[in-house]
Amino acid sequence: MTVTSKPVPKQRLSLRQQDARTAWLLLTPSLLVMLGVTLWPVISTFILSFFNAPTGLNQARTFVGLGNYLAMLQDQTFWETIGRTMYFTVVSVGLELILGLAIAQLIHSRPWGWQFLRISLIIPWAVPTIVNGAMWRWIYSADFGALNGLLMQLGLIKHYVPWLTFPNMAMNLVIVADIWHTMPFVALVLQAALATLPEDLEEAAAVDGANAWQRFWQIRVPLLRPAILVALIVRTVDAFRVFDIVYIITSGGPAYKTLTITYLTYLNSFAFGKQGIGAALSFLISTFTIIMALIYIRFLYRPEETQ
Amino acid sequence: MRTLNRICMLLFTLVFVIGAVGCAPKQAAGPVTIHILTMDQAGLKPAEIDQIARDFEAQNPDIKVNMEYLGYDFVHDKITTGMAAKPPAYDAAMIDVIWPDEFIKAGYLLDVTNRVTPEMKSGMFPASWNGVTRNGKIYGMPWLMDVKYFMYNKDMLQKAGIMNPPTTWEEMVDQAKTIKDKGVAEFPIIWSWNQKEGVVCDYAVLLFGNGGSFIDASGKPAFNNDKGVQALAWMKQTIDDGLTNPSSVSSDENAVEADFLAGKSAFAVNWLFQYSDSNDASKSQIVGQAAFAPMPVYKAGMDAGVKGSSVDGSSSFAIMATTPYPDQTWKFLTYLASNEVQTKYSKEMLPVWQTDFQGDALKTLEGATPTNPVTVPAFLGQFPFANERPTVPYYNEASAALQLAIQEALTGVKSPKDALDAAAAKWIDLAK
Repeated sequence: MTVTSKPVPKQRLSLRQQDARTAWLLLTPSLLVMLGVTLWPVISTFILSFFNAPTGLNQARTFVGLGNYLAMLQDQTFWETIGRTMYFTVVSVGLELILGLAIAQLIHSRPWGWQFLRISLIIPWAVPTIVNGAMWRWIYSADFGALNGLLMQLGLIKHYVPWLTFPNMAMNLVIVADIWHTMPFVALVLQAALATLPEDLEEAAAVDGANAWQRFWQIRVPLLRPAILVALIVRTVDAFRVFDIVYIITSGGPAYKTLTITYLTYLNSFAFGKQGIGAALSFLISTFTIIMALIYIRFLYRPEETQ
Repeated sequence: MRTLNRICMLLFTLVFVIGAVGCAPKQAAGPVTIHILTMDQAGLKPAEIDQIARDFEAQNPDIKVNMEYLGYDFVHDKITTGMAAKPPAYDAAMIDVIWPDEFIKAGYLLDVTNRVTPEMKSGMFPASWNGVTRNGKIYGMPWLMDVKYFMYNKDMLQKAGIMNPPTTWEEMVDQAKTIKDKGVAEFPIIWSWNQKEGVVCDYAVLLFGNGGSFIDASGKPAFNNDKGVQALAWMKQTIDDGLTNPSSVSSDENAVEADFLAGKSAFAVNWLFQYSDSNDASKSQIVGQAAFAPMPVYKAGMDAGVKGSSVDGSSSFAIMATTPYPDQTWKFLTYLASNEVQTKYSKEMLPVWQTDFQGDALKTLEGATPTNPVTVPAFLGQFPFANERPTVPYYNEASAALQLAIQEALTGVKSPKDALDAAAAKWIDLAK
């Protein structure tokens, strides 16, 4: 008896499956690149954080487990730097939010020249941070700065003041420079959100006798909450990782009073050649920023209000 | 739809193949390009080094030189990050006298002992070779011999009725008080005391001028003894007395130069470049007014036998260990350090060749630029008193601790003694 095997008909892929296959093939190169430039460095930095890893070619690395993390968590400089960075973040983002909201309101009310104001807002934001830092360093310059020149002309000071040498003032001056640079971002986000709010709610409230202040707090702010949340998360994460503006204006001085956590990471990684400590600090920064983002989401995110 | 898919597949394959071919190692064709990193601060200006590079290229058409300039304070970290690449971002880099130990330990520097000719070895200052020689091996080509100089404004001293520059720091304080009282300058003294290496250099000048030292004979920190504390307390006192410009606490050497060239200060401690710039009318309001004097020392130091004090700020060019072009790079470094080039460009940077300071060559050197008749004697008078900062692989972190201590004392955060004790403890910790 002969058995004739019947050829199995080739299973044809549906059009949808064919499209999916093509999509994956086309996406593969991009995914590989993304894996290479983002995921792999993150993984290798995480591994590095468990080693004593001096900078250099073919340097022996010693496994220290959680040693780098524990060393930092027990280090006074680390906690002082975290405190300083938190101060920078809270003051900077807080003021940016208040000023950004005020300017967004102003633009929204369409005063004379509001279009010019909106375009002007983009200029500080468009200036690269390095350029912004250099500009403010000159503004604060003790001997040639515009700030001293202005205050002298107004008669508010009798002598030029070395602003950046005062330990308790230097960080606030860096914050001013940062606010000038990034507040427009907050203002533009909130102004865009304001433009989408329904006017009938406020009109109805006005008919019911609510004054402008009540309408602002009871209607406008709650409706703006999703936009505020976005602005807050983006700016908080950015502010907590502040580096370049500090690097240019004060280099962490005077007496480390403007040393932020990312600057400390930079010093350890590149200036002091302690890559393991630098890697551990990077992950501690990530942990802090994730915690802050979660706090915002917990207290500000109300999905029912966005529906 | 199937046709579209096939077209997409074809395009994908094409891109992949082109990409793979593009990533294949390339054969070097035409001139080799070498990348050199150096500072834009002390020594020659970028335009001058660019001109040297173009002259070299004209003589060596098979080598192109790509120079990159950074502020001094950024060069160290740029070398470190540049070495992470393969091949390295730079084939050679300027290295300060305080970096070789760290970089040799990291394996960054090429051993060039066998490339150095006897003529180079005997012709250049021994001190310039000491800066790049460890355990008998040479790791760089000397490039810049520099020390901190004491400069004063002749016209301002004259206006205040002062005939001669000070010889001790105490005398300088007295003169500064006179200058201030007569309204010639609000703050007669300017220093580079920001939280960078410059403040350690200035502190070294004062520390050694008081008979002190960074470390003692056993290698332990000694800067926190009486002599070191006195020097730091004196620095703070000159600020409190309104004699040192308080902006010094946030000033680097470029800011010191800007202040001095604007005619705001009568006394300044800086590297050699400040002198030639002071006579450049496009930058300076005090053309012809700047003068050198031997760096003052403290009376106590003088009584203890200290004849002079300064700090060595020399630098070299080192070839990076992983460069694919060591021969071409060495050729360029040899040209940079050549007698001909160093003499021609001696306005801001005097030659590393000791033979240039002897016999007829000295006359040639003094006539090479308009400022050399002043700078050459100043160099010969000051260089013998140049003190070294510690040569240890962890210098950068040790220096950062000392910078912090000095700034804490200057800004009143800590007393000079407490601040220096904390820095000394850090140095001991780093040495373990």
